[in-house]
Amino acid sequence: MTDLSPARLQVMWNRLLAVVEEQGQTLIRAAFSPIVRECGDISAGIFDVKGRMLAQAVTGTPGHINTMAEAVKTLRERFPIQNMAPGDVYMTNDPWLASGHLNDFLLMLPAFKDGRVVGFTSCTSHLVDLGGLGMGPEGSDIYDEGLLIPPCKLVDRGEVNALLMEIVKANSREPIANEGDIYALIACCEAGARRLVGMMEDFGLDDLNVLAEHIIETSRRGTLEAIAEVPEGVYRNILKVDGYEKELELHATLTVTRERLHLDFTGTSGCSKKGINVPLNYATAYSVFAMRCIIGSDIPNNAGSLEPFVVTGPEGCILNAQHPAPVAMRHTLGQMTPDLVLGCLTQALPDRVPAEGASCMYDLPMRHTPEVARNGGHQFAVELVHNGGTGARPHADGLSATAYPSGVFGSQVEITEAVAPVTIWRRELLPDSGGAGRYRGGLGQRIEMTSAVDEPFLVFLSVERVKNAAKGRADGLAGAPGRIRVSGRAADISGKCELRVEPGERLIFDTPGGGGFGSPEARDPDRLARDLASGLVTAEGAAAYGDKR
Amino acid sequence: MSIQSPLRLAVDIGGTFTDTVLIEGADRVIASTKTLTTHENPADGAMEGVQRALANAGRTLSEITGFIHGTTLATNALIEKRGARVVTVTTEGFRDILEIAYERRYSQYDINLEKTDLLVSRDRSLTIRERMSAAGEVLIPFDEAAVAGLIAQIDATDAGAVAICLLHAYANPAHEQRLRALIAEARPHLAVSISSEVSPEAREFDRLCTTVANAYIQPLMARYLAAFEARFAAEGLGCPILMMTAGGGMTTIATAAHFPIRLVESGPAGGAILAARIASECGLDEVLSFDMGGTTAKLCLIDNGAPQTSRAFEIARAARFIKGSGMPVRIPVIEMIEIGAGGGSIAAVDRLGRLTVGPQSAGSEPGPAAFGRGGTKPTVSDADIVLGYIRPETFAEGQFAIDPEAAALAMRREVGDALGLDARAAADGVSRIVDENMASAGRMHAVESGKDLGPRTMIAFGGNGPLHACRVARAAGVSRILIPTNPSVGSAVGFLFAPVSFEIVRSRYSMLQTLDFAAVNRLFASMVSEALDVVRQGAAEAEVIVSRTAFMRYHGQGHEIEIALPDRDLELSDIAPLTKAFETAYARQFSRPVPGMEIEILNWSVRVATRADAIQPVATTPAVRALAARETRPVTCDITGARREAAFVMRDALAPGDRLAGPALIAEPQTTTFVGTDFDAEVDARGNLVLTRKGA
Repeated sequence: MTDLSPARLQVMWNRLLAVVEEQGQTLIRAAFSPIVRECGDISAGIFDVKGRMLAQAVTGTPGHINTMAEAVKTLRERFPIQNMAPGDVYMTNDPWLASGHLNDFLLMLPAFKDGRVVGFTSCTSHLVDLGGLGMGPEGSDIYDEGLLIPPCKLVDRGEVNALLMEIVKANSREPIANEGDIYALIACCEAGARRLVGMMEDFGLDDLNVLAEHIIETSRRGTLEAIAEVPEGVYRNILKVDGYEKELELHATLTVTRERLHLDFTGTSGCSKKGINVPLNYATAYSVFAMRCIIGSDIPNNAGSLEPFVVTGPEGCILNAQHPAPVAMRHTLGQMTPDLVLGCLTQALPDRVPAEGASCMYDLPMRHTPEVARNGGHQFAVELVHNGGTGARPHADGLSATAYPSGVFGSQVEITEAVAPVTIWRRELLPDSGGAGRYRGGLGQRIEMTSAVDEPFLVFLSVERVKNAAKGRADGLAGAPGRIRVSGRAADISGKCELRVEPGERLIFDTPGGGGFGSPEARDPDRLARDLASGLVTAEGAAAYGDKR
Repeated sequence: MSIQSPLRLAVDIGGTFTDTVLIEGADRVIASTKTLTTHENPADGAMEGVQRALANAGRTLSEITGFIHGTTLATNALIEKRGARVVTVTTEGFRDILEIAYERRYSQYDINLEKTDLLVSRDRSLTIRERMSAAGEVLIPFDEAAVAGLIAQIDATDAGAVAICLLHAYANPAHEQRLRALIAEARPHLAVSISSEVSPEAREFDRLCTTVANAYIQPLMARYLAAFEARFAAEGLGCPILMMTAGGGMTTIATAAHFPIRLVESGPAGGAILAARIASECGLDEVLSFDMGGTTAKLCLIDNGAPQTSRAFEIARAARFIKGSGMPVRIPVIEMIEIGAGGGSIAAVDRLGRLTVGPQSAGSEPGPAAFGRGGTKPTVSDADIVLGYIRPETFAEGQFAIDPEAAALAMRREVGDALGLDARAAADGVSRIVDENMASAGRMHAVESGKDLGPRTMIAFGGNGPLHACRVARAAGVSRILIPTNPSVGSAVGFLFAPVSFEIVRSRYSMLQTLDFAAVNRLFASMVSEALDVVRQGAAEAEVIVSRTAFMRYHGQGHEIEIALPDRDLELSDIAPLTKAFETAYARQFSRPVPGMEIEILNWSVRVATRADAIQPVATTPAVRALAARETRPVTCDITGARREAAFVMRDALAPGDRLAGPALIAEPQTTTFVGTDFDAEVDARGNLVLTRKGA
């Protein structure tokens, strides 16, 4: 007889959480895509036989929160359980089912014990290249962006679908890396299933029913208790963003009741012609992440803790883009949705919500120009990632040059220069870029670079907060906007374009600063003095704090 | 007894205890002591331990032929922020390398987190005009004229140490060396560390952190080492003192004073060395060492008698031991996972009704509730007392009284009441949670290394290792455990088996297919001669082994695999076998190679070490005889949770070949081995306890 006391169930829950982390780690280590390695842009989860998520790895980016939970439900409904056999693996990269753009492959594997399906493991990873125009906002529809694979069986009783694999390779600029990544995904699902079944044997479980109820109920109850601390009401916010061809408005209405938090995007601008549109699953992921940072962040992601968060939006708005809209760079605006949501929550919980931050990462894919390749010059492709400042917190300054909401790693100059023919001449915090306030916003940074050889190079830009700076809260001031320039050119560079930097030209980009929190006049004079002494605030910049010297 | 026979001392100064071990010949422990660490002057406690050990064995300090010392002083100075005031000097345009770091939060959902304190504030971050390229070519010459102004800036900060880290200095150290010379000339009192010596690897943030950490503890450690050496010399020690390093080797006092950062975590490294030695003696190819003390547990994978190594380590992680929350240093280390699980770890029930254990620890003060030193929170040791595994009559050589009632009361009040459990069931839950935590950390560590725990033998030591070994092994799927003799002073014993060694890692980016052989061979020549110089200072005559390594990966992939190189110049014909070696190693970790993918190399390393004494494998298997214990003690069954009797014996009453069925308690002066209900224990020819899962 298996002992299912609360303490024993807790041990099993801990084991499941450990299993998904191991699953995720397996995937990160074997991945080829730099964004996976640097950002941990993957997910791994375990599901019960009904398709309810029981545990999910805490990985580098929040873009997979509930996208995975929903995707598994869909696959689970699409393929009847009685037709499943040991060794089967299902997959899709449909942006509206998986994770918002074609590069994210999602796999699901039924775990068998004693001839019966006892649960599912699933994982998602970002593949390097799926053909089309490649990673960039230039596609006009999803067909421009590459290969879409509808839900299908990738592995049939242990036999990989060879034709499917050939199609994926034939439609990619990086066929070897793609194949490697797909095998890594399969291995990840298998490892998870093996561990899951092993755990059931260790604890003498024939099914996950009691454990699943315990996890989901405990998490739901804890989340509802946390929600009970949020005053009931309807909270609205509008966030202006740079957009592609024109500036856009993101609208949110957050309705808080005792049972749930309902976020709705009615009023949000329509889709862009270019690939910055966001499928609802992805907008939901980042929105729920932001809410869970403030409410019940001590409870792990699972069907119980996610259930009280509901996100909707009218079809066709840019946060609920419909097929066949282009969506390759859905993270550009997806990463802005936390500021949209936090702008609602701050009305309910003014003492717990930070000011707006840079939010969208400055992710800069760079490569050689086509003629350099033709003339036998230096060929390269790198993806630099840098960040601006986070918003000031209600009781602390913002963090300078730090990723939020994503969890990316910034690039190291010495590594960039070792692998790409560029020289970076400056990477320093930008004084006065943090919004003034009782608590100061985090600073952005200035990066300057040139070609290290006598050849031009290309930069693919899809960044935000060049026109719309991060706003402060509670009388705190806005942070500095981002800015992209090339020495010798009169006009600034747009935040979304393909940029060609000639030899001798210096590319200068400033990442945005975070907004301040509280009135600048209320800033502790000692802190201001320290900022002045260390050069984070200049004498001119100190004017924003009023006269306190 | 011959007086020519080597007589060696090992002193391991830990946070709570100072362990001293006296060994005669190759490996015969003739005395060991555990004394309280004297934080004010750690040499006092060391001297007390040494005098007691010598007195117990009837020897004198002048007879000692070898003295090895390891200390947590360097680590503690970094954790407790007790080092020098440091200024950094970096390349103009790169003042904020420390603050910008990797632009990352170590905890995804925590919007209130503060970044790690990296010891140098921005007003002490200075720059100098100069610039090297990644290939080590001068892009901007070193600005000699600016140095006077820089020195004035340093003066204004009132700093005691300077950390210099210029871009790409690992490729060309000329500017760093010039700057150090100019500062040393102008301000000889300043301790100056340069990145091209401390950690010549690419990645400016990690290199600067390492250089800062070295500079930070350098004045303190130099003073400590000089005083320690003088103190023991004055008392009659006639041999040099060698220092244990994080990499598991020994080095001279002079090298240690120059690179004190290499002394961090030397105690745990000693434990891994001991486990590796035992693995070799017993012919165990795959081992998991498990070292559990009062506040943390350390696990290390040991394959073919060699502990896993790494080039990076994080100091002073935040309370939850979160990865990325500490100060990264890049030095050669024995790779270990350390988690906040020890005898003092505190159990609690959170707002969701989840039972949690650690990482908060009651330490030795106020300590577990049962110790009667003011602790009221239930700890892992309290759980072990309630479950009957720790016996009051044998605990800590009877040095202080244990109050089982206080343990039960705390367990019921803080855990049981919230979960509707009595004290025993609560203690059982605490034990399961903490053991599961340790097992999970071990499994995760194995996964990160592409390895499996299942087939391994666990070698368990430390004050709480033998007590928790069976329970952790069961949760980790391990079915064989070995408890060495003197397990509670395992780290110090390990010191005595360490080689004199020095390792250097240097960055030079290359593709394997287009390797510049002349340049790489020159790089290796300089690394070998540098490492050899250091080793010769500690072992002038001994035979040495030179190991050369390349850290390879597929182009575009993040994970590097260590590939051994021949100890000679590389040539064109090496490319094919090295490609093969990489693909084989890759396939072992990731189940298949990726043919057609290019292989790149960023880092190269050289390790020079004295050859270890030949190891005598355990020759004979003693005849087994089942032992019927005369005494029993009531315990809670670790499988069913029911009450039952466990055999109770003193370890020194056991002889090779004795066999006991679990559940059983095997007590010795400083710890107890708990043989789980589903394990059997047997004493091998060397006196090790070998625990095997029944039916395995």
